[in-house]
Amino acid sequence: MHNHFDLFGLAPAFALDAAALERRYREIQSQVHPDRFAHAGDAERRASLQWTTRVNEAYRTLMDPVQRAKHILELHGIDLGFETNTQMPAEFLVQQLELREELEGAVTGKDAEALDRMRSELAANRKSLERQIGEAIDSRKDYAGAAGLVRKLMFLHRLDAEIEAAYEEVE
Amino acid sequence: MALLQISEPGMSAAPHEHRLAVGIDLGTTNSLVATVRSGVATVLADELGRPLLPSIVRYHADGRVDVGYAAQAKQAVDPKNTIVSVKRFMGRGLRDVAHVENAPYDFVDAPGMVQVRTAAGVKSPVEVSSEILKVLKLRAEASLGGELAGAVITVPAYFDDAQRQATKDAGKLAGLNVLRLLNEPTAAAIAYGLENASEGIYAVYDLGGGTFDLSILKLARGVFEVVATSGDSMLGGDDFDQRVFCWAVEQAKLSPLGPRDMRQLLMKSREAKEYLTYHGEAPITVRLSSGDVVDLSIDTETFCNITQTLVRKTLGPVRKALRDAGLTVDDIKGVVMVGGATRMPQIQRAVAELFRRDPLNNLDPDKVVALGAAMQANVLAGNQPTDQDWLLLDVIPLSLGIETMGGLAEKIIPRNTTIPAAKAQEFTTFKDGQTAMSFHVVQGERELVADCRSLARFDLRGIPPMAAGAARVRVTFQVDADGLLSVTAREASTGIEASITVKPSYGLSDAEIERMLRESFEHAKEDVHARALAEHRVDAQRLLDATRSALAVDRALLAPRELEAVENAVRALEQVLTANDARAIKQATDALNRATEEFAERRMDEGIKRALAGKKIGSL
Ligand SMILES: Nc1ncnc2c1ncn2[C@@H]1O[C@H](COP(=O)(O)OP(=O)(O)OP(=O)(O)O)[C@@H](O)[C@H]1O
Ligand SMILES: [Mg+2]
Repeated sequence: MHNHFDLFGLAPAFALDAAALERRYREIQSQVHPDRFAHAGDAERRASLQWTTRVNEAYRTLMDPVQRAKHILELHGIDLGFETNTQMPAEFLVQQLELREELEGAVTGKDAEALDRMRSELAANRKSLERQIGEAIDSRKDYAGAAGLVRKLMFLHRLDAEIEAAYEEVE
Repeated sequence: MALLQISEPGMSAAPHEHRLAVGIDLGTTNSLVATVRSGVATVLADELGRPLLPSIVRYHADGRVDVGYAAQAKQAVDPKNTIVSVKRFMGRGLRDVAHVENAPYDFVDAPGMVQVRTAAGVKSPVEVSSEILKVLKLRAEASLGGELAGAVITVPAYFDDAQRQATKDAGKLAGLNVLRLLNEPTAAAIAYGLENASEGIYAVYDLGGGTFDLSILKLARGVFEVVATSGDSMLGGDDFDQRVFCWAVEQAKLSPLGPRDMRQLLMKSREAKEYLTYHGEAPITVRLSSGDVVDLSIDTETFCNITQTLVRKTLGPVRKALRDAGLTVDDIKGVVMVGGATRMPQIQRAVAELFRRDPLNNLDPDKVVALGAAMQANVLAGNQPTDQDWLLLDVIPLSLGIETMGGLAEKIIPRNTTIPAAKAQEFTTFKDGQTAMSFHVVQGERELVADCRSLARFDLRGIPPMAAGAARVRVTFQVDADGLLSVTAREASTGIEASITVKPSYGLSDAEIERMLRESFEHAKEDVHARALAEHRVDAQRLLDATRSALAVDRALLAPRELEAVENAVRALEQVLTANDARAIKQATDALNRATEEFAERRMDEGIKRALAGKKIGSL
């Protein structure tokens, strides 16, 4: 598999210098982007399309905390995609159920402010989980432990998407 | 056509000549063509000095076609053959078209896209649009004095794949080399950003005649990056006309109107709407074919009341784009207003209120999209020195997915993904011994397939019989820089590959385009073969130019044997270029394309290495 960090000349780490990544991403794009080859031959246009696609994919993966963590774990031989039915801690699951009930309540009550509130709480929770993931991966090299945290983060991401969808029903 | 210049074999690329390239704003109400001349983007006017071309096409029984003001003048006397706002029908079935009852046409519900029966036969929206594009192409060629090397055509950012495909087909049908489909708000941002040297996060609010777009962009020196886009491809100034029309019908207690009266009243409704932008009250006076006279007056308050829901309908997408971008209104440095309908005071007020700042109106909302498109066309044609051009990063507006069991849509590429993009997903068989699988490609945000737009259906056959769940079918979605999708499915578990590539079904097949081209040329008494020859020569010349300049810079990337192969292919193409044999030119072009494949790959690798190396030096 591709190591997305290599593409940008970065060392694989969860802690990310987003500004540096963005700079390199743009520098590479300005070399390979289809706009540079609109007037070129088929072969160059095809190669440009393939490269740009790959660079975009790598950039998107690294910019997103969940995808970045999954990618690092995959580089260490842990594939989260194959372990979907891993048991989550009961306490965490109960908490998730409660949050979903709260979400339903906000939707039936057409309460956009409640959604805003849920979103900002969720953002704070995500930040703290991301900090823990960073410590597990970068400092302790505890990849198995990180995997459990990443799974939790995935739950929170899903909830965020559900809140996002709920706005449409409320508005 | 002009004689092509051929440089001596082996010589490095000549300082390349300026290629004629234009930007076209193919609008619902008005279309424009612009180009960059001596570094300045300008809209090209017609022979009477008028920059806009009304997007109206009138068909005569003898096959003649009027486009623009001539057609506009006759819309009320010949409404059935005079097509206005055709953009609303692009890539749309009859079911999707709003206000069908208030449109004076003879619709034909064709599979894929609605069509209109006219005196000159049944016309698809693609054909109608291509008439508009042909006029703009002629205008540009007359004013620039040569054949166009290429054109950028703008589309609403919120256009889905079917609507984009239809637009690109219209371009091809008009004989244009479509360099790129460019999103309208992005084009506006280019024009605005370059003009004002803006940096920071900007929103573009584009309410035109038929469509609404809201894009959020990050502007930095040399980069235009769309972070999120949203909108409604069925909402625009036309809908405000409809509200006034319905109000007038109700006030005057009119019984159902015939096509002419309907068109008359619609025109008067639009006039009243535009008048209300500058006055407190507007008259609506129409003499009906029955001899009755409708004589009404509408004031600002009434107008605001009956259009309030439309104004509000634009604000949902604004909030959605902000959420998608993870931003609040406080992060937005300015709101650029684009499109004629943003002149309405209630729109200005609503936007100012939502963003808590006055919107930016310091550019011509009618022209800015065409100007931005011209600037991008100039870059794509390679006319802009590389140190002065820019990087444009755009996104897809709507998620792309595939139907799974139970009629659910599985998203493969989510909305607001930067393009070009590709994503693969594996699927498997449901029954033992299953040898074929059906796929249904959809676009939209809803969970149920029934609520999304259906783009294509295809079957993958020839899967070797296996136990249920054992086959591994990899479906890859590829979205190109135009935002157009192609899908590949491949079964690979047993090493036996069955594979299929689909283009979504709304576009025309190449064969259909060719047939339409042939028909239109027969009509214009032009020679199809001469046309094909000219086109192949242009392609060949372009490839020769590109190869020569690539060799001039990067010949060191090729081993002597490889270099020789490329140079041979170049010479072979040069040799057939002057002969009148379209097929030989095509074959030699294909051969040169194949011969440069590896070279192209290495040049890309080299580009990436250069980018990274440059960075390391810079950051030391
Ligand atoms: N002074 C005005 N007041 C109100 N509306 C106006 C005014 N001037 C123009 N319009 C409206 O603007 C619309 C046309 O805008 P524009 O030319 O930007 O659209 P377009 O580019 O053709 O459409 P689209 O971008 O949706 O494809 C029409 O509905 C027209 O009535
Ligand atoms: Mg427009």
